[in-house]
Amino acid sequence: MRLAVENLIVDRGARRIVDGLSFTVEAGEALVLVGPNGAGKTTVIRTVAGLIGAAGGTIALEGGDAERELPAQAHYIGHLNALKPSLTVEENLRFWAEYLGAGTQASIDEALLAFDLEPLAMIPAGYLSAGQKRRACLARLIATPRPLWLLDEPTVSLDAASVRLLANCVGQHLEGGGLVLAATHIPLGLASERRLEIGVRSAAA
Amino acid sequence: MSAFWTLLKRDLLLQVREGGAVGTALGFYLVVVTMMPLGLGPDLNLLSRIAPGVLWIALLLSALLSLPRIFEADDEDGSLEVIATGDLPLELATAAKALAHWISTGIPLALLAPVLGLLLNLELSAYPVLVATMFAGTPAISFLGAVGAALTLRVRRGGLLLALLVLPLYIPTLIFGIAAISAATGGPSGVQASFLILSAISLFSLVLGPVAAAAAIRFQTQ
Repeated sequence: MRLAVENLIVDRGARRIVDGLSFTVEAGEALVLVGPNGAGKTTVIRTVAGLIGAAGGTIALEGGDAERELPAQAHYIGHLNALKPSLTVEENLRFWAEYLGAGTQASIDEALLAFDLEPLAMIPAGYLSAGQKRRACLARLIATPRPLWLLDEPTVSLDAASVRLLANCVGQHLEGGGLVLAATHIPLGLASERRLEIGVRSAAA
Repeated sequence: MSAFWTLLKRDLLLQVREGGAVGTALGFYLVVVTMMPLGLGPDLNLLSRIAPGVLWIALLLSALLSLPRIFEADDEDGSLEVIATGDLPLELATAAKALAHWISTGIPLALLAPVLGLLLNLELSAYPVLVATMFAGTPAISFLGAVGAALTLRVRRGGLLLALLVLPLYIPTLIFGIAAISAATGGPSGVQASFLILSAISLFSLVLGPVAAAAAIRFQTQ
């Protein structure tokens, strides 16, 4: 499986944020987008997730499930956690597992374990700290298997131990032939990590 | 299709856990209708003549209060974007959310209407038709309202704009809802004809509403 992005052009209003960006992510590879604030890292990830329409270029998941759209084969972790404060951590996770995929009890338990959430499973998400909420959000990655992970600053508010948990999960995902496209300032310490510099684009003429 | 029911179930569960919106809508409905006899005086003939109109207009306004919540909470916490990456087409996801709104707000309002009819001296023969028209008409309120809620999703203080966008769309529902009730109490038109048109409007909005709402959400969350 291979994510191929060619000549991607994305406009926001009159500004051209991404201009002719091409890259590929092979199976078992993590591509980390780096660049200063405002370089367009989030825009690239959101475009691949199908949340922003591209003005030009192609995005394709070669060797993926031809029956499903690319966004339905990807996990998108954005800046917001997508947790309901009045539902418990487990209920939140179960909802996403069932909504995004098959969602078996085993996969939910595995996800709780992977992010050390078992002691928090029965607590409403509204009572959690910022870091705990982030872990509950990331557990979605494990609860539903999807080949492509799009991670936009996944380590925000995580402590060092939690970053290691995330790095473990990403590592296992890559070993299983998964793909990761991430934007992060904190290195995840992965073996097969490639970095792609994206620069600041000037405003369109 | 199971994703549709999962989303519907979650929205209903959230309504139960968080309450708020339904209670506010029901309370508003009660207060507005109660104020009518106080404002117009105890003329029973007048009250029973205007009762269908008052019950319908107050119901539309009460439902309007709860419309912004259809998509707002999911947009604020990022759920809407994750919902968009599901296998379920966004059109069906918005349909599930509008359906949850109808079940949690439309049905309770329709059930409260006959109780409030007592306050307005509504004729006894009109009650079955009142309940029937409200059950047939309220889906249009939720599904057309979802379009307005989606259009004003990211608009600051969009509540007023939402009212301006959505209330004109409710006019057909209002006209045929009231026509059916007044026909039952000796009005000019037939009950059946008005009721069928009312149902047709609801079915029409059931199909078109989610498509328009999904398009509006895609545009807004770009």
